[in-house]
Amino acid sequence: MPRYRDLTHTARPSDAKRVVDPKSNIRTTDPGALQMLKMVEESKIESVFDRVVAQQPQCTFGYNGICCKICIAGPCRIKKEEGPGSRGICGASAYTIVSRNLVRYIAGGAASHSEHARHILHTAHALVEGKAPDYEIKSPAKLLKLAEKLGIATLNRENMEILKDVVELGYADFGRYQDRPIAFLDSFLNEGRRKKFQHTNIMPTAIDGSVTEIIAQTAMGVDSDPVNIIFGGLKTALSDLAGSYIGTNISDILFGIPEPIVSEANLGVINPKMVNIAVHGHNPVLSEMVVSAARAMKEDAKKVGAEGINIVGICCTGNELLMREGVYLATSSASQEMAIMTGALDAMVVDIQCIYPSVQTVAECFHTKVVTTEFMMKIPGAQHIAFNTATAMADAKRLISIAIEAYKHRDPKKISIPNERHHVVAGFSIEALTEVFSKVCPDRPISVLTDAILSGQLKGVALLAGCNNLKRLQDESHITVLKELVKNDVFVIATGCSAGAYAKFGLMSPSAVDAYAGDGLKSFLKTLEEANPQLSTGLPLVFHMGACVDNSRGMDLAIAMADELGVDVPKVPFVASAPEAMHEKAISIGSWAVTMGLPVHVGSLPPVEGSDLVFGVTTQIAHDVFGGNFIFEVDPLIGATKLLDALEYRTWKLGIHKITAEKNETSLAQGW
Amino acid sequence: MSMEQIYEGAIKDPTQQPKKLLRKAYDGTIIAMTYAEILLNRAIKDFGTEQLVSYPDTAYALPVITCLSGEKVTKLGELVPILNRMRTQVRTELTFENGRLWGESTLYAAEVIETIKYLRGDDPKVKPWTGFLGDPIVRKHGIKMVDWTIPGVAVILGRAKDSKAAKKLVDNLMGKGFMIFLCDEIIEQLLEENVKIGVDYIAFPLGNFTSVIHAVNYAFRAGLAFGGIPAGERENHRDYQRRRIRAFVLHLGERDDVKVAASMGAIFMGFPVLTDQPLAEDDQIPDWYISEPDYEKIVPLAMEIRGIKLTNVEIPIPINFGPAFEGETIRKNDTYVEFGGGRTTAFELVQMVGPDQIVDGQVTVIGPEIDSVPEGSKLPLGIKIDIFGRKMQADFEGVLERRIHYFANYGEGIWHVAQRDLCWVRVSKEARANGFLIKHLGELLLAKLKEEFPAIVDRVQVTILTDQKAVEEGLVLAREKYRARDDRMRSLTDESVETFYSCLLCQSFAPNHVCIVTPERVGLCGAVSWLDARASFEITPNGPNQPIPKGPAIDELKGMWQSTNDYLYKASNNTLEEVNLYTLMDRPMTSCGCFEAIMAIVPEANGLMITTREHSGMTPCGMNFSTLAGTCGGGMQTPGFMGIGRTYLLSKKFIPADGGLARIVWMPKELKDFLREDFVQRSIDEGLGADFIDKIADESVGTTVEEIVPFLEENGHPCFDLESLM
Repeated sequence: MPRYRDLTHTARPSDAKRVVDPKSNIRTTDPGALQMLKMVEESKIESVFDRVVAQQPQCTFGYNGICCKICIAGPCRIKKEEGPGSRGICGASAYTIVSRNLVRYIAGGAASHSEHARHILHTAHALVEGKAPDYEIKSPAKLLKLAEKLGIATLNRENMEILKDVVELGYADFGRYQDRPIAFLDSFLNEGRRKKFQHTNIMPTAIDGSVTEIIAQTAMGVDSDPVNIIFGGLKTALSDLAGSYIGTNISDILFGIPEPIVSEANLGVINPKMVNIAVHGHNPVLSEMVVSAARAMKEDAKKVGAEGINIVGICCTGNELLMREGVYLATSSASQEMAIMTGALDAMVVDIQCIYPSVQTVAECFHTKVVTTEFMMKIPGAQHIAFNTATAMADAKRLISIAIEAYKHRDPKKISIPNERHHVVAGFSIEALTEVFSKVCPDRPISVLTDAILSGQLKGVALLAGCNNLKRLQDESHITVLKELVKNDVFVIATGCSAGAYAKFGLMSPSAVDAYAGDGLKSFLKTLEEANPQLSTGLPLVFHMGACVDNSRGMDLAIAMADELGVDVPKVPFVASAPEAMHEKAISIGSWAVTMGLPVHVGSLPPVEGSDLVFGVTTQIAHDVFGGNFIFEVDPLIGATKLLDALEYRTWKLGIHKITAEKNETSLAQGW
Repeated sequence: MSMEQIYEGAIKDPTQQPKKLLRKAYDGTIIAMTYAEILLNRAIKDFGTEQLVSYPDTAYALPVITCLSGEKVTKLGELVPILNRMRTQVRTELTFENGRLWGESTLYAAEVIETIKYLRGDDPKVKPWTGFLGDPIVRKHGIKMVDWTIPGVAVILGRAKDSKAAKKLVDNLMGKGFMIFLCDEIIEQLLEENVKIGVDYIAFPLGNFTSVIHAVNYAFRAGLAFGGIPAGERENHRDYQRRRIRAFVLHLGERDDVKVAASMGAIFMGFPVLTDQPLAEDDQIPDWYISEPDYEKIVPLAMEIRGIKLTNVEIPIPINFGPAFEGETIRKNDTYVEFGGGRTTAFELVQMVGPDQIVDGQVTVIGPEIDSVPEGSKLPLGIKIDIFGRKMQADFEGVLERRIHYFANYGEGIWHVAQRDLCWVRVSKEARANGFLIKHLGELLLAKLKEEFPAIVDRVQVTILTDQKAVEEGLVLAREKYRARDDRMRSLTDESVETFYSCLLCQSFAPNHVCIVTPERVGLCGAVSWLDARASFEITPNGPNQPIPKGPAIDELKGMWQSTNDYLYKASNNTLEEVNLYTLMDRPMTSCGCFEAIMAIVPEANGLMITTREHSGMTPCGMNFSTLAGTCGGGMQTPGFMGIGRTYLLSKKFIPADGGLARIVWMPKELKDFLREDFVQRSIDEGLGADFIDKIADESVGTTVEEIVPFLEENGHPCFDLESLM
């Protein structure tokens, strides 16, 4: 386990309250959302914030993970430390119940990310088959790069042929029964991680198989060994990473590799003079089409008196479109209902994940049409337009038409749009970031980053990710952690609703650098800017890497840094944080980030405190085995301090190992 | 007292078990057992059950398992039933008794985890990290363990409250002479503070996490190598550990479940665990698992609990001092000033003087002090030590003079090699920066001579000469003394003396081993000569070196006396009846385990071979040093194999009954180089010719019988003409 310089930093979280102001329904710090709440105060529309209050106090058995509902002899709860009450009816102890519950979350997360990936693969497959006329290979360069990594021949071959092989391999990764690693996962790992996963028996061979397997492993009367269960869970988590990797990379091929791009964020981007359509969820397959369709149907909008069509994004669909198309980001997860409350949103088109069922209830108070598009995601009362790859553009146009029609029914009295909107610089794929670095050092671009860390100019790299969790106020933890890290010269990349928060708050803008960055980070960014005169914009305080599925881009960076430093990932001064984790996907992502060798801060406690063993494995022993470990801390300021401690731990050790190797004329010690 | 009895009373009321601690230990055991199982079965899947497994350079397979169960594991598949046996002894009831068994299971789990790490080549160690420590290192430090130069063993794991505190703690332990094993961040903390750690400093940075098992692997081998306790005698090994290995564990910084489980393993071996973490009462076990957050108190408390008492005096010099620094080398670039070594005139001399010729405790420097010369200087040196003692004898001058080498090297930043007028001394820049002066060397020698030889040394006066003229004058006198001493030494033969001496020093570790030291046979550790033994007897009349009045011989050729047999029988606790001093083929001397070299017969060449601790390679008898050493030792007579001191080869009484020097058919180059000049002279004296050394094969010729026999034949080695050995 890592023991930090700061002796107050132990594996246990601080005493900070787990739910702040449990009776207050003002549970956001997002200035746009706050304005919105104020504006609709009179109309008493129920929002997520009211429901958080209504749920208090939440069940402590569930919160601690010691409620078992795996079979219907239960629910069983762990009530005592000893005796019959210390076990479930079947005899399962706290550590069995907690670990089983935990890995089932991981299974949910892995299933989600891989469902996303599967959909994108299907789209690519249809394209190869000639059955997706509205799609194309937008980035042949990415296709070739990926194919090479996967060991697929590229010489003298048509792009479609190569893509066909890539897709086939992707499909195989979902359902392989032979004992060889998931190709997409294996292709980007460094030697150290590959060996670690193989030697600890957690290298997954198939995505679907590992999800199924963990459910079977944790069924009533199967595995009761908490460590074996957790290792099974980690295998599943790695198949989540594989799914994410497929999702990101095939999306880049189909829709282009993100490049630095300028846009705006927060509810103020909803334009009262336009037909406003929010795209919400996670999958770019549909929303990319909606963007194209909107461009084509501008005249139709004018016919009903609007100035045009304004597509805005919410959640990770929003992030995908912001990254590639510069589409405005209206808001993020916890404030999704607020977009409807503006009274100026004509349609909310959703795909999958993180969509509150309540959007329909809120929409009922307005003219807004909620439209679901995926077979597995429907909401009673909402329209459902089945989205098909073969008829993508036509389907998208149909969705636009619904919005244009709805526009006609807007109630001007109900329109109240917050004026909050901020400048955003986004689009930093690993390729884009590397390009920026390469202008300083063309031969070894990543050394620009690692050298800055070794010299002390930067303290390290942090990947900020994850959701909103309203046990604390929306975005407060994202913003606090970020401000504290950048003040202390940490180079920050962000994804998902963490990135969404920074965009909404204006922190993803060049002007935020002067206001919040420490001197080291400021000078580092200045050096990059000066070397990149071709960029039409200054560099942001925090670098947007994409949707939550794009945490895989973060791993590309971590591995590139490890390669540059000549070490394995656990020695790289690189940390991750999900300050407001909520979704099963966050648990899954956090788990693979730990196996990848990263310290991972989580600002909301997953249900593991009911077992000291599981708590100890996740926060302490994981470091000994994998090099990464969880840091559970709900107070964002303390959380940030702990992240800085974790970076210091790594730079301290790395520094000493380097000096020792020089002194003894040996290679660098590989231990962490 | 049985091993289990020692824990009695720790838990006053069995219904009041320290549950908080035990729960952590239990959880940690589960984690360790399953993790080991996962790694093991994955490895079997990858390599198969027949895959060979081993640690580098040991004759004891996987020592934890060898020792506790007697199973000498060589194949991966053999670990499965062993690990399962350990899994099944993990009972859920939270009691201290169960806790110790969890501890034992955790030791096995850690052994399996580390074994697989070695199999896969994961986490290769670079200097100063050690990982598993090979047998030669265990044997090398054996003598210092038995004579309590190393008074105890400290295992430190975790991270101290800060690096300065880590340094202070370890400096203190090094100053007391402790052997130290380190695990986790304390290693980086010490490296940060430039504390010297590594195999050269008896402070072993093992690695992280389960690497701590290599401290256990080290300790258990003492029972096998020196104690002569058969593999698998679990209770006897535990008892040996508790009695002989005065170890304690310091667990610093935040604790985790696995380390607490491992701590139970230490307690299972009889070692107490102390932590700097403040702990509740139900998170402690009196005398066994203790919280002591005060860094000033933690080591004294650990020593008190473990029963380690020190008699060391504090020497007022500005550098650290202890056996830890004996192996320190000071490179040219790190040298502030050097003396002798052929670069300048130098000598060292201990002489007996009358009571009027000495001012007790006086250290005088004649010539420039080192703070007045620039960095990189070379100065002449004379170290003159005058001794008055009522029981001092001229014969002891050489004994005490040789201590200069050891004592000087104990200083951190002082390096000393060779002796007499060949001596060579360096003082490091670091020592100089800490304020070290050459007069401090005098103070150090003065204090140590008084401390270690109180019975023969009453008054000491040291004069250090750094003035060329004074050194040259002193050298003339010194050389006269050396000549006289050499003449006396030549007259000291086994025949010419009436008394041999025993050496039972190693019985603290090897209870049945008896060394008999004669003028012409140095102790097998290389550290105790006949004169040393005699001086030691004067110092401690009831000590480990006892006179054996020689009396008439039973067999002059083989070297058997009634007196030595009688002594042997009693001193070996009635296990051995007869010993021959001049042969390795028939009832030879026993070996304790800390021998410098080992010889073994090579029947095909009708000769014998010798290999040394320093030579890790293969030898013509098909075994390397570690494996060979594992076949003898522990106080057993093993005809055909014998541990020896390296200089015994130069003795006129080098196995005369077996044909002496002419029998040697193979030895490592390193040993040839070490002995060359004297060996050549001895060869000439024996009529073997100056080129005999070149007729002896070494590793450049080959390491198999097939390779060396043609070489011996071609070069006319005399072995073939000797009487048959077998």
